[in-house]
Formats: sequence, structure tokens, C-alpha cells
Amino acid sequence: MTNAAGLSVDLNHQLGAITLRVAFDVPPGTVTALFGQSGAGKTSILKVIAGLTTPDEGRVVSGEDVWTQQPGNRFVPAHARGVGYVFQDARLFPHRSVAANLRYGDRNAKGRQPLVRFDDVVALLGLGDLLKRRPAGLSGGERQRVALGRALLSHPRVLLMDEPLAALDGARKAAILPLIERIRDSVAVPILYVSHDPQEVARLATNVLVLEDGKVLNEGPPLAVLGGPVADGPVATLPGKVVGKNTVDGLFEISAAGTRLYAPAFQAALGDEVTLTIAARDVMLALTRPSGLSALNQLEVTVKDITPVDAARVDVVLSAGNATLLSRITRRSADQLILRPGQTVFAVIKSVALADGKSGHLQVMDV
Amino acid sequence: MADWLGPQEWQAVALSLQVAVVATLVSLPLGLYVAYVLARRDFWGHAALNILVHLPLVLPPVVTGYLLLLSFGRQGLIGSFLDRAFGLVFAFNWTGAALAAGIMGFPLMVRAIRLAIEAVDPGLEEAASTLGASRLKVLATVTLPLALPGIVAGMVLAFAKAMGEFGATITFVSNIPGSTQTVPSAIYAFLQVPGGEASAVRLVWVSIAVSVAALLVSELLARRAMKRVQGQ
Repeated sequence: MTNAAGLSVDLNHQLGAITLRVAFDVPPGTVTALFGQSGAGKTSILKVIAGLTTPDEGRVVSGEDVWTQQPGNRFVPAHARGVGYVFQDARLFPHRSVAANLRYGDRNAKGRQPLVRFDDVVALLGLGDLLKRRPAGLSGGERQRVALGRALLSHPRVLLMDEPLAALDGARKAAILPLIERIRDSVAVPILYVSHDPQEVARLATNVLVLEDGKVLNEGPPLAVLGGPVADGPVATLPGKVVGKNTVDGLFEISAAGTRLYAPAFQAALGDEVTLTIAARDVMLALTRPSGLSALNQLEVTVKDITPVDAARVDVVLSAGNATLLSRITRRSADQLILRPGQTVFAVIKSVALADGKSGHLQVMDV
Repeated sequence: MADWLGPQEWQAVALSLQVAVVATLVSLPLGLYVAYVLARRDFWGHAALNILVHLPLVLPPVVTGYLLLLSFGRQGLIGSFLDRAFGLVFAFNWTGAALAAGIMGFPLMVRAIRLAIEAVDPGLEEAASTLGASRLKVLATVTLPLALPGIVAGMVLAFAKAMGEFGATITFVSNIPGSTQTVPSAIYAFLQVPGGEASAVRLVWVSIAVSVAALLVSELLARRAMKRVQGQ
């Protein structure tokens, strides 16, 4: 069966200021997540695999077929590869109906076996009522569902998903995530999933590659790499560095987001680069610097945006230095504090939350 | 209508329409190709091609006409070859008028189409290629359909230019009633003879009518194409 072929990638590519240097294998029927901040080179890896760019040096092999080999000048053009590429911005053809978008790849797939049947995809993704409509009239979530269906129906030998949920709000994300899980469980092709959301990655991935500046920082199963169960609700990640350790109470002093944060004992040594993962619901907000409070970590931050979660709750997006922090609070609190973008407030994080496996956690990265 | 226009005037109108339609349709495939190459390809000679295409827009039309006479005339290098090989004669023939009109309208056509192609999101072309469409198929199913309003605009501009072309045409193929006398040449000729003014005025009215009709049709087509492109 030609569809059940693994994907093997080995790249060395200069990308502006950063050098992309990765090597990995994706067995059929598994999901490898490329995880990291924007600019880490995640999308560039997908473009090389899809044949949209040629790497300076590298090899992309699907099963027995060498798609890219440089040096060696072997390059199979994008249209002959059979990659189902789901773009972050959907990229539906505006002049064609949803049905014509879905069938576009079907007519071009010479010799490759279909992965799924049209009717099954329509049923799975709930596209029945949309078939006759044009992309311009669809909501963001509907568009992403059509894009997923279109990629699945192109008889792909590899599925590439580039942050397919990044442009969607929480409720729409929650509706589409289970669909991607079902795709993963029902098709026997390698899947590459790009994301900067640890929750998505924890839920979908078999294997995670943590990328930074084009290099693989860490690799393994999501629990090992992301370091424990991921909190309910969104989380923010802050890069930091261990700058001190109190010998008496064991608290670590971490320089992050332009300030000092304190966390209880964890596996790290002085000078280590760490990533703090802080759940939105562990972050409280105050209008003035609080005093007489047990929480040690207080950051002066700026409100960037307030996004509603449901009728009762909102997520407040905060900028702390050059990092971003999230705070999930009730709509009532947001109204009482009269929060608005641009406002300076104080984010309060309980120090134990920084080490507690359930809500937030610290993860040491190899450097 | 036929009564209202004299035979020579009628001939000029019919010839102008024929010349403009042929010039527009024949130059369209080349115009699409050149516009696509200028919009989407990076190659050695890009700037030179761009200048060459735009040259007829800025050169005095008489110069363009004279260059055509030198190269496509019976003694010209290209003209004599085409005459011998295919029996295709441009000099003092309506085909020469169509060639002159096509070349003068070419930069206008290419500019409009090129802008329209540049406005097509390359991301959509990438998406089409990952969905198995070859370069030619991407062009036919994504790029050109989405650029259609601009292509229509380019064709109308080229048609209007061909209808009004005077300088290059009269230099290249002269002003022979029935074979090379288009509406502008006829108006010019009528104004040179005593009592010809009434004929000239009638042809002016025809020119205005054709121009307005062309604009209306292009507006209609462009609006329809735009609707298709944007969905709904």
C-alpha cells in the first residue's frame, strides 16, 4: 500500500539569520508535532517537505521515493509529491464552491490511492450544508474544516498541518481538535503538526520536536517533553534563566520577562535556561502593586487584549517585557477593574504554581 | 444606418472594427504570457523585456510606424520572409493596420493583466500545487480565473487603443480607402478636402458611440468576473 509510507527528513538550510538544522522520521499513522515560538523555522520545514522551497542541503524521503536531495539536484515538484497541506490561513479558492474546493486535488492525483472517501469526509467534518457555498461566506472555523477536508481528499501520502487552529477562538478550536484526533486515528499516513500551543500538542502528538532558532532543543513523547500534564485552559510560556538559589528555603530565583520570579525546588542548576509554563488560571490581576499578599511573584504588565471565553470568563492577554502572559478571570472581575488595552496592571502568580505539575510547570531545556 | 453613413465612411468603420478585434484577439495570448512572466518570474532580461513592452507607449507613434515599415515592409527583413514563407503581406494591407494597432495597444494590455496577476495571492497558487496541479493547471484554474477582471480591462484598453490608433498606422500602411483607411485616418482625410467636414463629424459620432459601448461592456464583464472571483 503506497499510502502507508513513512517520512524521513534531514535538513540544513540557511533562513535569513537562523540556520535550520533538523533530522527526524515520521512513521505512518503517527503525529509528529513541531513545537516552538514563531520564527523557529517550523513552517519552513513544512515548505521544504511540500516541495515549495529547495533547501541548501538536505533529504526528504517518503517511503521509497526521494523527493528532495541536495546536493544531488533531485527535486520532485510539489504537484507530483502528494502532500495534504493544511495552511494556517486555509487558502481556499475564492472563485470555487466548497464542493469544488474539496474535489480540486482529487482530479490531479494520478496513481495515488485515495485516503478517504468524499462522503466520509463530508460527514466527519460536517460539511454537508456548506457544499454549494463560496468560501467568502464561511466563518473561520468552517473554512479550516473545508481546508482539512480538501487536504484529506487530495490522496496524500503525508499530511502537513501548519497551525490549523491558530486563527480560531477557544470554542472553535475545541470543536475542531477532536476532528483532527479522529483523522489521526483513521488514516495511515505520517502527519506533521505545527503548533505553539502545548495543549494541542499534548493532545495530538505521538512525538514532539521542540524547535528554537532552527534547532531541535528537545525531542520525545509529549508528556516527557512538555513535562507533565498540561493545565486546563490556555497556558503561556516564558523563557527564563536560573540566576539564584536560596540555600535555606530552596527557592529558585529566575530571571524572566524582565523581572525576577521565584519558584520552589525543581530540577535545574544555576545558569540553566528554562521555560516557565504558566496556566492562565494561575494568574491574578491587580490594579496596584499588592502588599500583604503571600504570592511572591508580582509582575508589572500591560494589557494587550481581552478575549471572551464564555459568558462568565475572559482571557486577558498581557505583555510582560517581550513575553506574553495570559490571565483567565471572570468577566465580572474584568468589568470591576475596568480593564482596557494599554493599561498597566500587576500580574500575581503563586510561586507554587510554577512548580505544580497540574497547573503550571517548569521545564529545563538542554542548552 | 447604412444610409446615414456614406460608403467610404461605412468602409472605414467596418475596417476599424475588424482591425481592432483582430489586433486585440491575436495579441491576447502573447499579452497573457508576457504579463505572467513579468509578474511571476525572475529572470535575466526581466527589465529589458519590461522596457521593450512599454516602448510603443512612450515612442512617438510615427517612429513606431516607421520601424514597422522598415522591418515588416516588403523589403524589410521580417516582412519579406513572411511574404515568401506564408504569403502574409503587412505593407499597405489591413493586416498591417492590425499589426500596428496591436503593437500600440500591447503595453496597455500587458500592464492591466500584469497588475491583476500580481494581485492574485501566491499562497493560493502554492495551495493548488500541493493539491497536485501542474504549473499550467495552476495558471488555468487559479491564476487566470482570479485575474479575469484585469484581463477584461486589458482587452478593452487594447481594443480602444486599436480603434483610435493613427500615427503608427498611417506611417506604416498609409491611408487607402477600403484597405487601410481606419476611422481616425478617414476623419483626417475628410478634414483635408473641402466639404468633407460633415463626413468627419459623422465618424466622430461613431467613434464616441463605439468607445462608450466598449466601456459599458467591459464594466459589465468586469463586474460579473469580480462577483465570481469574490464569491456570491
